[in-house]
Amino acid sequence: MKKEEKKLTAAELPIGGIIEAGTAVNFHTGSWRSERPVWNKEKCINCLVCWISCPDSSIKVVPDERKTSIIAGIDYDHCKGCGICAKECPPKVKAIVMEQERK
Amino acid sequence: MSVKMIEVRWHGRGGQGAKTAALLFAEAVMATGKYIQAFPEYGPERMGAPVQSFNRISEEPIIIHSGIKNPDYVVVLDSSLMESVPVTEGLGKGGKIVINTSLSTSKIAQKLDIDISQVHVVNASQIALETIGRDIPNTPMLGALVKVIGTLDINGVLEDIETKLTAKFRHKPGVMKGNLTSIKRAFDEVKN
Amino acid sequence: MIKKVYSKSKLVAKTGNEVIAEALRQIEPDVIAAYPITPATEIVQIFSQFVADGVVKSEYIAVESEHSAISATIAASAAGARAMTSTSSQGLSLMWEMLYIAAGLRLPVIMAEVNRAISAPININADHSDTMGTRDAGWIQIYSENSQEAYDNIIQVTRIAEKAKLPAMVTMDGFITSHCMEVVEVYPDADVKTFVGEYKPERYLLDIKKPYTLGAIDLQDYYFEHRYQLAQAVRDAKDIILDIAGEFERTFGRKYGFYEKYMLDDAEVAIVIIGSTAGNVKAVVKELREKGIKAGLLKIRVYRPFPSEQIAKELAHVKVIAVMDRSDSCSGAFPPIYSDLTASLYSAGVVGPKILSYVYGIGGREFSSEQIVDVYEKLGKVASGAEKPFKGVEYINIRIK
Repeated sequence: MKKEEKKLTAAELPIGGIIEAGTAVNFHTGSWRSERPVWNKEKCINCLVCWISCPDSSIKVVPDERKTSIIAGIDYDHCKGCGICAKECPPKVKAIVMEQERK
Repeated sequence: MSVKMIEVRWHGRGGQGAKTAALLFAEAVMATGKYIQAFPEYGPERMGAPVQSFNRISEEPIIIHSGIKNPDYVVVLDSSLMESVPVTEGLGKGGKIVINTSLSTSKIAQKLDIDISQVHVVNASQIALETIGRDIPNTPMLGALVKVIGTLDINGVLEDIETKLTAKFRHKPGVMKGNLTSIKRAFDEVKN
Repeated sequence: MIKKVYSKSKLVAKTGNEVIAEALRQIEPDVIAAYPITPATEIVQIFSQFVADGVVKSEYIAVESEHSAISATIAASAAGARAMTSTSSQGLSLMWEMLYIAAGLRLPVIMAEVNRAISAPININADHSDTMGTRDAGWIQIYSENSQEAYDNIIQVTRIAEKAKLPAMVTMDGFITSHCMEVVEVYPDADVKTFVGEYKPERYLLDIKKPYTLGAIDLQDYYFEHRYQLAQAVRDAKDIILDIAGEFERTFGRKYGFYEKYMLDDAEVAIVIIGSTAGNVKAVVKELREKGIKAGLLKIRVYRPFPSEQIAKELAHVKVIAVMDRSDSCSGAFPPIYSDLTASLYSAGVVGPKILSYVYGIGGREFSSEQIVDVYEKLGKVASGAEKPFKGVEYINIRIK
């Protein structure tokens, strides 16, 4: 069980509904997943279609030695397991497949 | 209202400068040390339509902000307005009317059905044509009004208007001179 | 001779619009975004000329509607700028949703508002329907009786808004004040600049070292607290308003408070009013006093926050009060000032005065000195028991049947 979050009072809250920037990183939506995408580095052609399609920015990209972006893996802290990456991966390539989440 | 307060109503046609005259008059009178108000008839303005503007002059701060119903002085910039607008409305027995016209005081008094002592005439259009070169009677009418009111300092008024016009017409000194001459002439020529 | 309150000031003959533009030139906000509308047009027209002539360094954003004007002003304020706008009537109506956003985001946006009736039917003259409609949007509202007050109020409100972290509007009556040339004392530029100081926001969006999220979703678990904060901020603004009025008086000599009392302390009958008509009422009170009638006036200057407790105290001794609203309410009950005032007195346990509700001056309708005298006569008759107070709302100078 998760611990109960302490809710701030009107006196404690920053005014105007202001919240810190970039807090979505701290919110691990990866726990919502029932299926997980599994990426095969050998099959991947680095077309980046999965990276463009991912609604949660969970396809990790790094520059290679020629400073071209290549896929580096999947951010399982934030991937919700929607399967769009697997669906969009070209059929001839099939570098991403969905598997049952093991919990 | 207060005994010391003077209320003026200007009649003109949209575009003739009735509002400008009231504003210019108020600024000049303020320069002589009196409290003033100047405001147009509230509403949309259209060229040629009969329009009104108003002045209040007082030794005391003016606190009221309402329309003027019983003016002490009425100024008519365009004598043709006498046909269509009740220019004497609200003007009491002691009130005075100053009209831009070539007609005599007796003729005007007859036309407006008021006592001749209340009527003052000046041919401001002609003065404007001769001094400014255009039929803009609002500036000379300032001079006529100062004369008729009697308690205002014409030199103070002229000084202030000279300052204002110098700034406005700094590229056309002739226009400024013509305007000042027109005020002086109307001051001298207005008659009862 | 004309008396000056502040020795270093200059006497000018200016209309309400001109003098607001003059104050904006002196305050020189970072950003002004506005869309012209009668009778407020001249304010931004004159100011945009100052910008074009290089007289001020302010950024002027010409927008395509009032909704964009207030949106740009809010955005500029969020970015850390001192941002202002000006509007009237339908313009304010078009700003509607953004008014609540300015307040909810706690941004000190400043607005010079010129009171005008709202459509339909179309009308360009003065009444308070436009700003009264926005009275509970979380904005500070300060109403001005004349051009001098409008000038002084806009200078003060710049400080008030920034300290209270609330948007604020200063209003004056359309045409009656906005287009009336009067004698106004204008303070030296340097003194106004010193008084308003430099705006230093605690946090602002363009601070890349300390970024934050503004306007995020806020549901059942937090929204209520944020709205409470806003309501409390408006309550807390009362002290700020008085502090800054005190500083203004010490600097420029003119005294301001939540309201102005005119012969009220020993009054038996009193009128409560807002805006330019207060002057006309003062003139009538003076005449009635000369006849021995104990008439008085309470002119409300600060309508939001509503000085509830203070007004209840000031009016507790009055036998009969007329509350004059220059806007009607389609609530089926009572107009705004009457509702606020009666609730305030009742809540404070002040049940002595009989309180009558009048609506006047809608769409610029004349409310003459004679009619003001009539109101005081009615109050006198109710006070003496000769007549009963009427129920509901009484309309002045209207053809009903």
